[in-house]
Amino acid sequence: MTPEEVRHVAMLARLGLTENEVEDLRGQLLDVLDYIALLEKVDTSSIPPTAQVVAHLNVTRADEARPSMPVEMLLSNAPAREGDFFRVPAVLEDFREGKGEAVAGEEESIG
Amino acid sequence: MANVEDRPASLAYLTIREARQLLDSGDISSVELTRAALERIAGEDSAIKAFTSVSQEVALAAARGFDGRRAKGEAAKSPLDGVPMSLKDVLITEGVRTTCGSRHLENFIPPFSGTVPAKLAAAGAVLLGKTNCDEFAMGSSTENSAWGASHNPWDLERVPGGSSGGSAAAVAAGMGSYSLGTDTGGSVRQPASLCGVTGLKPTYGRVSRFGLVAFASSLDQIGTLTHTAYDAAIVMEAIAGEDELDSTSQPLAVPPYAALLAELEKRGGSLDGVKVGIPAEFWGKGLQREVSDAVRAAIDELRHLGAELHEVTLPHTEFSLATYYIIAPAEASSNLARYDGMKYGYRDPEPGNSIESMLATRDYGFGPEVKRRIMLGTYALSAGYYDAYYKKAQQVRTLIARDYEQVFEKVDVIVGPTTPTVAFQLGEKMGDPLAMYLNDVYTVPANLAGIPGISVPCGLAGGLPVGMQILGKHFDEATVLGVAHAYQLATGWHRRRRGIGDQLLIPDPQVENAAQGLNAHV
Repeated sequence: MTPEEVRHVAMLARLGLTENEVEDLRGQLLDVLDYIALLEKVDTSSIPPTAQVVAHLNVTRADEARPSMPVEMLLSNAPAREGDFFRVPAVLEDFREGKGEAVAGEEESIG
Repeated sequence: MANVEDRPASLAYLTIREARQLLDSGDISSVELTRAALERIAGEDSAIKAFTSVSQEVALAAARGFDGRRAKGEAAKSPLDGVPMSLKDVLITEGVRTTCGSRHLENFIPPFSGTVPAKLAAAGAVLLGKTNCDEFAMGSSTENSAWGASHNPWDLERVPGGSSGGSAAAVAAGMGSYSLGTDTGGSVRQPASLCGVTGLKPTYGRVSRFGLVAFASSLDQIGTLTHTAYDAAIVMEAIAGEDELDSTSQPLAVPPYAALLAELEKRGGSLDGVKVGIPAEFWGKGLQREVSDAVRAAIDELRHLGAELHEVTLPHTEFSLATYYIIAPAEASSNLARYDGMKYGYRDPEPGNSIESMLATRDYGFGPEVKRRIMLGTYALSAGYYDAYYKKAQQVRTLIARDYEQVFEKVDVIVGPTTPTVAFQLGEKMGDPLAMYLNDVYTVPANLAGIPGISVPCGLAGGLPVGMQILGKHFDEATVLGVAHAYQLATGWHRRRRGIGDQLLIPDPQVENAAQGLNAHV
């Protein structure tokens, strides 16, 4: 696992790792992956994967509109709000990956 | 430190069963019991750090509620009415801060309660507070909490286990009669074992996960931490059952667990006809000698009680940990994507666009262990690696589950040690993630197979608690609890504790005598 791969996975996970963290994690992940390689010893050629261990039921309810949560409740822990909206950082601004620059824009309201 | 001694009839260590009698007879009020618990927390928790939040007003309001109803001649709402308890800080509680041991949620006040916390509140439970845990339930020592580690009441320099370490420590230290934890790879059973209390993980789907902050959705279950299996039965009746808000909860009736155990008592606590499987694979490398000895002695006790011992084999045991450490992190990486600082929780204060904001927020918000697991999980699910890792692990999971199905055709329960060692020192395993993961070697299979399991105290090694694990068939908590209860009727390890300032907080000879007079008390 190269540092590049670690940084790639970190970006997939939206984790802003420092260079020290990248190096530490690379070593630790390699150790765990080494251990996990144990599974290669198991013959799983005709074995179905298990996603759910207990009886899988398709649980549905009638397609009826029900009251949702009150807006105040939903916004009660908002880091930033504007009216009845969560105020969030700009989603559509350019992000020049890897160049350490970004076009920092005004925050937009997205409801 | 106080000497190890049998648990006296002190208010701090009342079982739910005992507290129920004293509350209903009027020998003690819920407010007295609650104040005693709150004073104990105020006095001792600076050393143990079991609690992240103490909800004094919520507790006293519930206690007054019980006392008021009793004064009007009303019967208790439930067997849990008026009894003080705590909840692990990954269970959301309306109006009571819930942090999951994470900086992301340092100031998060849930606007609603999870199904199980709400059920307990409606049953009259007295919530003393929220207990400390490894961040987002990831860990085996509670050292991964953003708020610092909890300490084992048996030896303050040792870990209480994890991730439900605060819950186990609270019960072991007499702070409330029970606690709820969560168990994804052993996080109720392992700390129960290390702290000398009884810890039950129900069958996957037995108890609703709505309001349990998700770590690994196919593995998580809420579990009970109590002094006895009988108390675990009482709590299970209150919390189990189908929930329309959790589509993985199963539409199965909840057996009257406590009544079944009472019937077992009437039959003299015999285990005649019960078949116990002893897997060779549970006695391997890394198992501490004194732990092995204590558990073997406990198994011998089961035989004296009438159980038939059978040697069995679970051939894929050696692959369980590797399977778990792909599946759990993979599911976690998906579940923890929600901590992006957009709608709740911590948001990095620096200006920037949404990606920069998330990168910075998540770098600050998550501790090292959570980052490790998110990275591992993301990697295992990423393009090019999904088949080799995640799909492979799911296939091995099938084989592990089949091992248990086959063994359960021949036996009713499977027994072995809960953990390979007794409680280790704080800091001892923090430098080596893999060494830490090895603590879960006997507990993860139950989560992978979805089966129920309980850990009961069965001895002391070097003065530290040892736990015996009893595993059962899907939805057969009744048999698991039955074996545990029969064992506890015949032995006294669950009554041992290492006290810290363990005098009666409200000296009252009348209460002492009343409590001492309670018979057949487990």
